[in-house]
Amino acid sequence: MQFTRRDTLALGLGAAAMTVLPFRAYASATDDLIAEFTGGAEVGEGGLTLTAPEIAENGNTVPIAVDAPGASAIMVLATGNPTPPVATFNFGELAGSQAASTRIRLAGTQDLVAIAKMSDGTFVRDTKTVKVTIGGCGG
Amino acid sequence: MAENVKPRVKAPKSASAGEVVTIKTLISHEMESGQRKDKDGNRIPRSIINRFTAEYNGKMVIDVTMEPAISTNPYFEFDATIPEAGEFKFTWYDDDGSVYEDTKAVTVA
Repeated sequence: MQFTRRDTLALGLGAAAMTVLPFRAYASATDDLIAEFTGGAEVGEGGLTLTAPEIAENGNTVPIAVDAPGASAIMVLATGNPTPPVATFNFGELAGSQAASTRIRLAGTQDLVAIAKMSDGTFVRDTKTVKVTIGGCGG
Repeated sequence: MAENVKPRVKAPKSASAGEVVTIKTLISHEMESGQRKDKDGNRIPRSIINRFTAEYNGKMVIDVTMEPAISTNPYFEFDATIPEAGEFKFTWYDDDGSVYEDTKAVTVA
């Protein structure tokens, strides 16, 4: 069987679509969760710092930290996990700073997304890509 | 599932009024995600702590909604303002209805 120039191009496009589609699927689940959290409000940039290692050897315990001065709540999502929600931090009146750190599970290499709800009602986001050597969901 | 659950909290014993202190908490818990399967291929049911709160003299410091993506033995580190002498109250809420509590008194020098 011989490939024409047109066939080859079509194959290439198909392959490209196949690799992109799974990410789309994750992204839509994450987008729904973000919309639920923000109520559809515009999400800006800046003012929120999500700290995570660039490479995590063990996906079972990945240390992360969020810091958003002036936030009332911060939601963390792992876009590539079977269940994307990780945690939502709600800061009370005696919170010394709008920051917290914890340890989370990551199923594989993926993007982490944090959304902060500021006290003035606006929302900001920060994203970090974490490479995971051994996944942590035991699937 | 919830056996040998032991909360551990590191908080300063004394502080000056208005000081911001760092609190570290750890609780030993399996945090079974509901994703794993046993050797017969049956899904192990989810059993996690789904909420953690820290209060000081009845005022909220932090309230965390926890999902299965939180690691075994959940650890949290955060800051709290100490307005006056009093007591921290830490509460963990388990899926099975159990509530684990710990308190730490703080004096103001």
